[in-house]
Amino acid sequence: MDLTPTEEQRLLRESAGRFVRAQYNADARRKRAEAGEGFSAGAWREFADLGWLALPLPEAHGGLGGGAVEVGMLMEAFGEGLVDSPYVSTVILGAGAIAAAGSPAQQADLLPKIAEGALRVAFAHSERQARYNLADVATHAVKDADGWVLDGAKTAVLDADEADLLIVSARIHGNRADAKGIGLFIVPRDAEGVTLTTDLRLGGGKVSQVRLAGVRLGAGALLGGLEDALPVIEAVSDHATAALCAEAVGMMQTLVETTAAYIKTREQFGKPLSVNQALRHRMADMAVAVEEARSLALRAALFADAEPAARARAVSGAKAKIGRGARFVAEQAVQLHGGMGVTEELEIGAFLKRVVFFDAMFGGVDHHLKRHAALSAAGRAA
Amino acid sequence: MNFSFSDEEKAFREEVREFLASVLTPDMKRAQGMTPSVFSDKEISDPWHRALASKGWAAPGWPPEAGGPTWTPAQRWIFATECAKAGAPSVSPMGVAMVGPVIIRFGTPEQKAKYLPRILNGEDYWCQGYSEPGSGSDLASLKTRAVRDGDHYVINGTKIWTTHAHHANMMFALVRTDDTGRKQEGISFILIDMTSPGITIRPILTIGGDHEVNQVFFDDVRVPVENRIGEEGLGWTYGKYLLEFERGGGIAAARLRRGLQHVIELANGEAPGQPIDDPALAMKISEIEIDIDALELTELRIMSALQTGQNPGAVSSLLKLRNSEIKQAVTRLAVDVLGYDALVWEPTRPLYGLNRATLPEIELPVVPEYLNSRAFTIFGGSSEVQRDIIAKLMVGL
Repeated sequence: MDLTPTEEQRLLRESAGRFVRAQYNADARRKRAEAGEGFSAGAWREFADLGWLALPLPEAHGGLGGGAVEVGMLMEAFGEGLVDSPYVSTVILGAGAIAAAGSPAQQADLLPKIAEGALRVAFAHSERQARYNLADVATHAVKDADGWVLDGAKTAVLDADEADLLIVSARIHGNRADAKGIGLFIVPRDAEGVTLTTDLRLGGGKVSQVRLAGVRLGAGALLGGLEDALPVIEAVSDHATAALCAEAVGMMQTLVETTAAYIKTREQFGKPLSVNQALRHRMADMAVAVEEARSLALRAALFADAEPAARARAVSGAKAKIGRGARFVAEQAVQLHGGMGVTEELEIGAFLKRVVFFDAMFGGVDHHLKRHAALSAAGRAA
Repeated sequence: MNFSFSDEEKAFREEVREFLASVLTPDMKRAQGMTPSVFSDKEISDPWHRALASKGWAAPGWPPEAGGPTWTPAQRWIFATECAKAGAPSVSPMGVAMVGPVIIRFGTPEQKAKYLPRILNGEDYWCQGYSEPGSGSDLASLKTRAVRDGDHYVINGTKIWTTHAHHANMMFALVRTDDTGRKQEGISFILIDMTSPGITIRPILTIGGDHEVNQVFFDDVRVPVENRIGEEGLGWTYGKYLLEFERGGGIAAARLRRGLQHVIELANGEAPGQPIDDPALAMKISEIEIDIDALELTELRIMSALQTGQNPGAVSSLLKLRNSEIKQAVTRLAVDVLGYDALVWEPTRPLYGLNRATLPEIELPVVPEYLNSRAFTIFGGSSEVQRDIIAKLMVGL
């Protein structure tokens, strides 16, 4: 048992920290926001050169074979600088699904391109009526002589506008919320019948609604020929959730540091705000929330490859508590900055927005508490 | 990074489990399970202490030359965790975990030779003389005076919240030997024989129905100068070193988990409160379990840092704060599950001495433990003091 980082992990964390401090410091973020710039192709190139795109991909297909712990280290650094990259959508969700469900030929075709930075993938699974039920898929895929025809609508698709491919879940058979009968399809973003409605995403990046109307795909579009892909969808969603938890830890850390610096210098009634015990204790609770989040994000990563129920429990536990903790830290960071905290002149609000995105993505606090409780009850009954 | 125990560590865990299976009697486990306090009664902790001492395991944190078992931090974690899982009593911490490390660090060779073996084998039972009626969180304002008279100190004053003073034959105390400088200066650390003439003990009954703590009065109590640890006037330094040990226990998650397991057993039983299939209860259990998971992983991170010779940083306040808060959440939930059975008050102590009561045995300690656990966020530095420390050391305010 040793939870200290290996030399390799330490170097990864340091290089990620250096990148973020150089390119995603407060000044750089402000300039980017003013110019209305999103994530640049140049930065994605740099991600590829640093080996970050290859990090969790299998070694057989140009990857480095890293795990969720390494991904978490990267994500934590991204969170510290509020990096708005399509890393989770392409590498964790998209490539993750391909690596878990793709046929050898599909993996050999797609994964090396993702690792090189030549291919971006978005994961189009969620549907409005499903809320957070991963099995609820109304989009359907009908097989005919030429291949597949997809019809349906997806929501909350991250970074789809700049993706080359969409991995789309669709029901092949069974009823709307059945666990069985869901397939994952490789759909070119510019395929006929695919319509994207893209908006800015709260906290950075883009979010799309995707309509699929009579989208014709070849017979080889079904990922791995798999007609029961729900376990894969659950696994990559859990992996992405764990990655976002680590990112949230980085965000919480920056919020605590920024707020501490502010209340030490801001003077009222002739003394710094930081001498007030009410504020000191609030900040102590914020620091405790960060440390608990750090432990639970690491725990979720350590359970990423455990059997599904254990993995899901660790991830839901982390998501529930970090969701609440991150909201607390971000809202209190606004509060302790006073009037300035609610202005666009400071960045605190940008972090708060990303926290709201984090809390909603893959299900909020109550959803994950319920999932944790249901899994625990099932474990007790077994 | 490696999230599983090594073969050596697993073998050690097996050895601990076998030891526990061989020495923990059903009576001991029953008595411990019915103890509402974090401190086991002396009549349970004594045989447990003797069993540990004969195995050489009584003082996990001590260096080998003092009789410690030369365990790695991982072994200490495994040992504490297995003990908690098995429902073992706790060894009285005042000797082994508190005054022992101070004597090892600051004591003379004579003091070490005299006291350490007696702590190790449980011959001496220690109590702690820190707090005073006027000195709680502001400990350095303490007023109990020790005036030099030849080769003795003459002590006058009073100590309060003295856990198990009524069992102890020795006390380590902070006393004022000088009041001319800063209040932290002029404090000395001294060892007092509790059988000395002039000592009076007044029991203090706490809201859980237990007699654990006392007020101790000193009326011209003569203590040999050789009972002073280190230098006169440096007691504050030694006392702070000890408090780091008091707070830095660091291995609490397993006991909390056992407490939560107790809640689940209650909810599975006949208690007329929330049953186990109540979704609201299931959510509350999950919330606490996640809190325990976070604490446990934090403990493991700290253990890993210690194991590899790194400084885990100012974490003892964080551990103490969360442990105490989670403990209170567990005991509060247990009362909810009890429903109307929470109305039945059983004043007899110890509870394990009862032959029959209105409530089933599993329910008997629930309300007393809830009430007793209110002290968790007060003793050893209140939660407010811990937050002050966290703000200063972790946030840098």
